[in-house]
Amino acid sequence: MNSILPPLLIAVPLGIAFLIPLVARRLDRLADTLGNLATLSLLAVALLMFPLRGVYRIGGWNPPVGISWVLDGLSNLMLVVVNLVSFVATLFSIRYMERYTAKHRYYSLFLLMVAGMNGVILSGDLFNLFVFLEIASVSSYALVAFGGRHEELEASFKYLVLGSVGSTLVLLAVALSYAVTGYLNMGSVSTLIAGRQAEPVLLLAAVFFIVGFGVKAAVVPFHPWLPDAHPSAPAPISAMLSGVLIKALGVYALSRVLFNVIGVDPVIAGVLIAVGALSMVVGVFLAVGQWDFKRLLAYHSISQMGYVVLGLGLGGYILATGGARGAATLAILGGLFHLANHSVFKSLLFLCSGSIEQATGTRQLKEMGGLRERMPLTRATCTIASLSIAGVPPFNGFWSKLLIVLAAFQAGFAWLAAITILVSLVTLISFLKVLRYAFLGALPEPLRDVREAPALMSISLVLLAVLCTGMGLLLVPAVRGVVLDPAVAALSQGLEYARSLMAGM
Amino acid sequence: MVYTLCFALFLTGLYCALTKKNTVKIVIGLAIMEYAVNLFLILLGYRRNGVAPILDRSTDLADFLARSVDPLPQALVLTAIVIGLGVTSLAVALCIRLYEKYGTFDVTQIRRLKG
Repeated sequence: MNSILPPLLIAVPLGIAFLIPLVARRLDRLADTLGNLATLSLLAVALLMFPLRGVYRIGGWNPPVGISWVLDGLSNLMLVVVNLVSFVATLFSIRYMERYTAKHRYYSLFLLMVAGMNGVILSGDLFNLFVFLEIASVSSYALVAFGGRHEELEASFKYLVLGSVGSTLVLLAVALSYAVTGYLNMGSVSTLIAGRQAEPVLLLAAVFFIVGFGVKAAVVPFHPWLPDAHPSAPAPISAMLSGVLIKALGVYALSRVLFNVIGVDPVIAGVLIAVGALSMVVGVFLAVGQWDFKRLLAYHSISQMGYVVLGLGLGGYILATGGARGAATLAILGGLFHLANHSVFKSLLFLCSGSIEQATGTRQLKEMGGLRERMPLTRATCTIASLSIAGVPPFNGFWSKLLIVLAAFQAGFAWLAAITILVSLVTLISFLKVLRYAFLGALPEPLRDVREAPALMSISLVLLAVLCTGMGLLLVPAVRGVVLDPAVAALSQGLEYARSLMAGM
Repeated sequence: MVYTLCFALFLTGLYCALTKKNTVKIVIGLAIMEYAVNLFLILLGYRRNGVAPILDRSTDLADFLARSVDPLPQALVLTAIVIGLGVTSLAVALCIRLYEKYGTFDVTQIRRLKG
């Protein structure tokens, strides 16, 4: 494949990230324009690339010598999700970030993070994956500390320590697979280790991959950094971190390596199911008791990532034990669809929390109240997002949760389906609490002259709310065949991925 | 044997990063972990009495293949060192800012966030 589009996904954000501090040090408007143009063009490139499939060889070197980037259904879907959320987040930042100084640094770090995520998604090479993982992680550590206050620095340090341990484990796992195979290209590694998964060195590598990416995905028991780091960042960054970063760096990278390189066996799939179910339950019960709006949302991120991991693990388990292929496809479809849905509604919720914080100056639910007339638009969008995350029809969250429950029933895991429904109910209760305390009740005296968020911020809220309402349509068979099924196929093909990668030489 | 020692070094770093109370010591622990992995990568490519992996016209190809060290891990380690430098400098900068705000390097006293 010789398209010019894939390199643009890395070159544009990297180039503009370094251009902004050079030309827009004192011109905030120019930084805004450049940042938004960059993310808008990235979204356009991601959409244009959607039908493209194949292997892009960097510098024309053939794999396994050169580094290859792989475009398949899954990476295309992830690219669209990541670049969509980053565009909405930059649009929101124009007015929201005015309270901070040094907007140009903000946009630089933001675009570096986007470049890192795009790279992780594209990469078909283990070490290249690690490099992009670190680019995205390091800029996200800095973005969490962006406000520079006590809590932000503390959260950032905690995130940095756990994140670096995770990255180092990933590097160690990459080194171990290189030691066994002598290759870094995912296709070659996968072909060479086929049938040897039980060797101790490879088991060790698999464990390190799971732990390393698990830290990035913040699944229980590797979650402690997330509830501190995500609320401490500025709202658009929280939306990026919860909406796409934990997915691109965590779940996407993990499923790529497990499904397509190492290959899922029943044990690995069992670990995924256990971790997913545990994250769902622990996350939601920790969330119920929270009174800080953003912290509550962060705990729900852990819980919702549990759904995604559970769906993927279930699919992997059915495939590995030779069960019905239909049920496996359904489970993976549910997991991936929930991943896309969660990006949309969770970033919407974080942006809503940002617009409330901007208006009222507080994140504590107990200090809010009666905002329904003052902020009607925020109320409407926040309600839509809350209903989506709680899985109320016809919003998008309902459909993906339904798929996961159905798949669990078909696979004979009725108790998992029961847990899934129960967690969904607790989520609903928790969000009814949010809506009740933030928007209903009497308006407290200090909030008398609260105003609705500025127009630019509202546009981004409405954009995401429309997506939340309409994304259920992706399940219509004709649309599903184009958008979701290729992504599912990329994972359910499993190790055949390696062969197709070699065939693309 | 040498790999076991390398892994022991890695575990030392992990232990240090996860249990120490002092922020600077945690950063040192992270650095030790990282260098253990770098050392491991270099060991993978090492050959006793190996030659530098630079091919020129006069060298005999078979002899070269039999004796040269593996150049790829060296390239990887160079990249990993640069990344490690970035992470470490950010971590140290955060330690300094934390010290300015809290007046201490002790993580048990740096805890406003809980829950």
